[in-house]
Amino acid sequence: MFHVHKNYGAKKALIDVTLDISKNEFLFISGPSGAGKTTLLKLLYLGETVSEGQVLIEGINLSRISHKRIPFLRRKFGIIFQDYKLIATKTVFENVALVLEAMGKKRRFIEKKVKSVLRTVGMENNLHSLPPSLSGGEQQRVAVARAVVGDPKIILADEPTGNLDEDSADIIFELLKRFHIRGATIVIATHDKELIRKTGGRAIHLKQGRLQTTSTVTV
Amino acid sequence: MIIYSKRAIKDILDHRFLSVTTIITIAVSVLIAGAVALFLMNANDIMNSWKKGIRVMAYLKPDIPEINIGELKRRIQGMNGVRDVQFISKNEALQRLKSQMKRQPSLLENLKENPLPDAFEIRLAESFQNRDSVEMLAERLNSLVQVEDVEYGQIWLGRFMSIINLFRLTGYAMGGLFFLAAVFIVANTIRLVLYSRREEVEIMRLVGATDGFIKAPFYIEGLIQGVLGGMIGLTALFVIFMLVSLNVEQGLTAGLFSIRFLSPGAFCGILVCSMFVGWLGCYLSLKQFSR
Repeated sequence: MFHVHKNYGAKKALIDVTLDISKNEFLFISGPSGAGKTTLLKLLYLGETVSEGQVLIEGINLSRISHKRIPFLRRKFGIIFQDYKLIATKTVFENVALVLEAMGKKRRFIEKKVKSVLRTVGMENNLHSLPPSLSGGEQQRVAVARAVVGDPKIILADEPTGNLDEDSADIIFELLKRFHIRGATIVIATHDKELIRKTGGRAIHLKQGRLQTTSTVTV
Repeated sequence: MIIYSKRAIKDILDHRFLSVTTIITIAVSVLIAGAVALFLMNANDIMNSWKKGIRVMAYLKPDIPEINIGELKRRIQGMNGVRDVQFISKNEALQRLKSQMKRQPSLLENLKENPLPDAFEIRLAESFQNRDSVEMLAERLNSLVQVEDVEYGQIWLGRFMSIINLFRLTGYAMGGLFFLAAVFIVANTIRLVLYSRREEVEIMRLVGATDGFIKAPFYIEGLIQGVLGGMIGLTALFVIFMLVSLNVEQGLTAGLFSIRFLSPGAFCGILVCSMFVGWLGCYLSLKQFSR
C-alpha cells in the first residue's frame, strides 16, 4: 500500500498511508472508532477503491484490475465482517458452502469440506440452523468458517471479537492462530489493545486516517 | 446448473405472489397473441381456399360474330396466368340462371329477350391466384375491344383483404403492447426479488462470486416464468379453441373448410417467445441493477 488516500466527499478517511504486509504475517490494525481501520481493510479486498495512491496484492495493482478479475482476486481473501454478514435465509451449511459454490467446486467436495470446517469451529451440530437463531459467538464462528473454507491466502478480520464475550473471543482467536500456523496471512482490525498484547505480532496504529506507529509485541 | 435451478425455484416459491402475477401476465399476453395468430392463420386458410375458386368473367359486347369467338378465346388462353377459358353463351347463361332460380321461376318467365351477354369464364393457374395477378389480367381483358366488362369479385375481395389487414395490424399492435407489458412486469418482479436479496447479492460478491454465478438463477427464474406463462396461455387458448371451433364448424363454415389449431411450429414459436419475454425482462432488470 503506497501513499494511499481515501476520501468520502470532503471527509478524509485515510491520509497518505504506506504499509507493507508480508506473507504469513499476523498483523493488527488498531485505532479508535473512525480511525480508518475498516476503510483500510475494504481497500484490500476492493470493497472500496483508493482516491489516490496504489494498493498492490501479490504484484497486482488493484486500481488497474479489470472488473472480471475482481471475483478471482477476492477468492484469495477470507473476510470476517464486524457484523458477520451471514445470509439470514440460508442455513449455516449453505452460508459456508456459498464460497465453494461460487468457486465452482463439486457438490461432494463442498459437502465434505464444509462439514470439516464447521467441525473445526465447533459448529457441526448446527448445520441446518438459520443464523438468526444463533448467538453472536456462534454466528462469528460461522463467519470464520466461511472465511477459511476456500483456503484463502489472506484472512481479513474486522473487529472479529468486538461483539463477543471473552470466552467466545478466545475461541475465535485460537482459530485464527491455527489458520496462521497453516500458512495464512492474518490482518485484524481491532480497537482492543488487550487483545493485541495477549496475541502478539506486529501492530500498526491509525488515528484520524493517518498511520501513527508500528510496534511488534512479543508474547 | 442444479444449484442455479434450485436457487431459481426457491426464489419463485419465496416470492409466490410476484411470480404468480408475472406468470399470469405472460399467460394473458400469450393467450391474446396466440388468439390473434390463430385467427390470422385460419383467415389465411379461408383466403387460400377462396383464391382456389377465383374466376374472372369477361362479358362480351353484344352481336360479336361467332367466328370471332374462337379467335378471342385463343387470345385469352394465351394470356399470362390463364389456366382455362370457357365460353358461356348468353343462352347457356340464361339456362344457368334459371336453374339457380328454380324457386322463383316467375321472375324470368316474362322476359321478352335474353338480357344476358355472352361471356368467357377464365380460371387462373395456381401461382396467379392472387389479387395483383387477377387485377393485371382484368386490365388486359378490359383492353380487348370485344370485351364490355370484367368482373372478378373485386369489391368483396378488396374488403375482405382490408379486414384481414386491419386484424393483422391490430394483432401486431396488441401483441407488441402485451409483449412490452409482460417484459415490464417480469423486469419489475426480478427487480423486487433483487431488491429483497440485495444484501445476499452483496455478500456473494464479497466472497468471490462472479456476475454469472449471481445472475444465472435470475435468468433461470425468468425463463421458468416465461415457460409456465406460455404453457398456461397456450393451454387456455386450446380450451377456448375447442369450445369455439365446435360451434363455428357446425354453423359458419358449413363444411367448406375446417378451422385448425396452431401448428406445432407456431406452438413452439410462441413458447420460445414467452421464454424470451422472461429472459428479456430479467436482462433489463439485471442490467439496471449492475449499474
